[in-house]
Amino acid sequence: MARKKGRMSQEVNAGSMADIAFLLLIFFLVTTTIASDKGILNFLPPKQDPNQPPPEILLNERNIFNILVNANDQLLVEGDYLENTNNLAEQVKEFLLNFGAPDEEAVALFNSLPASLREKARRDPSSSDHPMSGGAVVSIKTNRGTSYEMYLEVLDQVKKAYFEIYAERVGLTADQYRALTGRNPAERELQDRGKEGIPMAISIAEPDKIGGN
Amino acid sequence: MSKFKKKTGTSENIPTSALPDIIFMLLFFFMVTTVLRENEILVEQKIPQATQLQKLEKKSLISYLYVGKPKNTAMYGTEPRVQANDVLISTNDIVLWVNQEKDKLSEVERDQITISMKADRDVKMGPISDVQFELREADARKLLYAAVGRVQN
Repeated sequence: MARKKGRMSQEVNAGSMADIAFLLLIFFLVTTTIASDKGILNFLPPKQDPNQPPPEILLNERNIFNILVNANDQLLVEGDYLENTNNLAEQVKEFLLNFGAPDEEAVALFNSLPASLREKARRDPSSSDHPMSGGAVVSIKTNRGTSYEMYLEVLDQVKKAYFEIYAERVGLTADQYRALTGRNPAERELQDRGKEGIPMAISIAEPDKIGGN
Repeated sequence: MSKFKKKTGTSENIPTSALPDIIFMLLFFFMVTTVLRENEILVEQKIPQATQLQKLEKKSLISYLYVGKPKNTAMYGTEPRVQANDVLISTNDIVLWVNQEKDKLSEVERDQITISMKADRDVKMGPISDVQFELREADARKLLYAAVGRVQN
């Protein structure tokens, strides 16, 4: 019986297919960059009418937390020289939660805060009255020569103070709070509950011109 | 002689025919999740670090501005410049550029436009505030300072 010798294997050799796919994979890995749209969000004030002078807003000095950064990236916070920004967020938090002279609404807000935030209130008459609108404002003033990196670092710390307060009110960590997208009602409710009554009042002044370019 | 003959039927090579499928799946994942950079960056970009990062939801609303020292200093000088799309523009043209970007959006989304400013960490506040002033003029007031995460200790 003549048997067919060395019958051709039916299966196509697919072993090198993986190599081809690997090459393609490595090509895409190298050539593409994952676009990251992360950063610090800031809302600019509306444009000024040149015919109208900017509105005079009267605020007591004690209600303003002054952060000055000069052209050498040195910090002056509330009149004191500060070496670095490590402690800034904590100071801002203390300022915001001072409740020096709360009105009725602010007392209600104070009572709604969790105990961990309530014990931060020092009732210092020389610091902010209350964190609601019309109360505490954080003012950042830079120079035209200040580096962008330093400015962002300061803004970052101030935002951190706010986010930590918001997060603590709803029982989350600051990271979790910031990750809330507000896409579904439950998340939006959490977001709103955190922010309620404590608006993010960060005033960024026009940089002054000395020493810059 | 023994009745129990050792079975040697087990083949020794692992079937690799499913390997390409696995690799292809990885390949498709990367192809879908990554975005090809559509324009060349003409300015230096060392993005500063920050901790309190927020992520933007709607990517279609974002327009990018790059601020930094030009890479080609022989041609554009060493002063920080602003890049929009793929050309360097002067700060006076920002209003025009914002309006062009707004025109690309639908009518309802026009005022929600977000500018992502990718500025180099060595840029001074002077040029940054000039850009911000122009953005206020153009009524594009939602601004994102692009930053990368810093490991907190």
